[in-house]
Amino acid sequence: MFQFANEFWTVNVGHAEMLKGGVIMDVTNAAQAKIAEDAGASAVMALERVPSDIRKEGGVARMAAISVIEEIQKTVSIPVMAKARIGHFMEARVLEALKVDYIDESEVLTPADEEHHIDKNDFRTPFVCGARNLGEALRRIAEGATMIRTKGEAGSGNIVEAVRHIRTIIKEMKQLTVLGKEELVHESKNLQAPLELVRWVAEHGKLPVPNFSAGGIATPADAALVMQLGAEAVFVGSGIFKSDDPEARAKAIVKAAKNYDNPGKLLEASRDLGAAMPGLDISKLPEAELMQTRGW
Amino acid sequence: MKKVGVLSLQGDFAAHGAALERAGAEPVYVRDREQLEGIDGLILPGGESTTMLKLLRYEGLYEAIVEFGRAKPVFGTCAGAILMAKEVTHPAQESLGLMDIAIERNAYGRQIDSRVATLEPAPEFQLRTAPGTMEAVFIRAPIVRHVNGGATVLAEYQGDPVLIEQGRHLMATFHPELTADPRVHALFLEKL
Repeated sequence: MFQFANEFWTVNVGHAEMLKGGVIMDVTNAAQAKIAEDAGASAVMALERVPSDIRKEGGVARMAAISVIEEIQKTVSIPVMAKARIGHFMEARVLEALKVDYIDESEVLTPADEEHHIDKNDFRTPFVCGARNLGEALRRIAEGATMIRTKGEAGSGNIVEAVRHIRTIIKEMKQLTVLGKEELVHESKNLQAPLELVRWVAEHGKLPVPNFSAGGIATPADAALVMQLGAEAVFVGSGIFKSDDPEARAKAIVKAAKNYDNPGKLLEASRDLGAAMPGLDISKLPEAELMQTRGW
Repeated sequence: MKKVGVLSLQGDFAAHGAALERAGAEPVYVRDREQLEGIDGLILPGGESTTMLKLLRYEGLYEAIVEFGRAKPVFGTCAGAILMAKEVTHPAQESLGLMDIAIERNAYGRQIDSRVATLEPAPEFQLRTAPGTMEAVFIRAPIVRHVNGGATVLAEYQGDPVLIEQGRHLMATFHPELTADPRVHALFLEKL
């Protein structure tokens, strides 16, 4: 394990380790959180609206209401995460005071700062951040994130962007492992990421924190696909509660995360789920509606 | 070389695999009941105990592990220790009942209360392994509230037992798989 010299790093990366192989589900109220826990979710993510509704309704998307988060914390025994806007360190402080288990500094919400992310090293509560490529992932880790997830394209029901992002991150890490020392200095400049972290990845061939996938997962096969490509766990946003039968789909995706390399079991998990959430063709979305381009 | 199963449904099973290799054993990542054959012992890793319970049921592994524990040693850490306890509270949930202890989930609080502590293990532990204090990583950890029947407390933290041996089984409420100290895994290998 990569070691920053404080105990929070150990327990916060350690907490992310405990979530590996599991499914973290977006929920907007306590009833949904209970459905997620009963299906076998390893954590829930509290938010005001699921990404597909944010996309449809527009307006400013903020941190969830305090009463909703508290109600969810009272209802389930699994970890409760919550989203804060990019750069909004005071939303994050409020979530920390609420003792949420992980904060997602998320592009799904409307950014509060168009140049800076939160200085996550300054918090006791751990953070997860989205990334589309290795440089972005390493900048977030340098700021203190102890878990990385792909951004994908939230609320789209389309896995294509999550696939692009996990493939990009894995490929860029592989490339670093074959470079010479002097080339790493140059790569650090290209990636706009600290040399110390670039060297660590070159030596180990992986991120110093768990690497999960999010953004567009709608079916058990989608979850299995990103795990085959190297994701260590999955986040499912709109994919569960915007489908026909959330209980059945939630259970099926939990089974898929465990059986991602077993097509027979994946087939069993995929039966009789009703319709998945409606999907969007991302190539037809106007640039301004993309969530993945938020974050710097 | 001893072959040790690591229940690999969800959680930090990979960290346990690496810890076993450091301690000189061969890990077998157990995801189906057939894999319980041919292993000398089984580790139940950290993770979410509720998730693991669902997957144990979905995969038909629940009774198979209870059966395995009647003959061979099982070692659980954190969520794994919760699965092994006879009585679970906060909230109550079913468990494999391999060790006669009562355990309370998330008993220190939420993630903000997770911590690394330095323990002075019991003299017996130091005699059987190697002398010295031990770094213990507690993550949303449970607390053991009662130990019934014959058991040996091998380490305590703030007056509560955190490393317990009972018959052939072993449990830790912390995560020895996340630190470089190989002694707890080595002790488990001695029991096989």
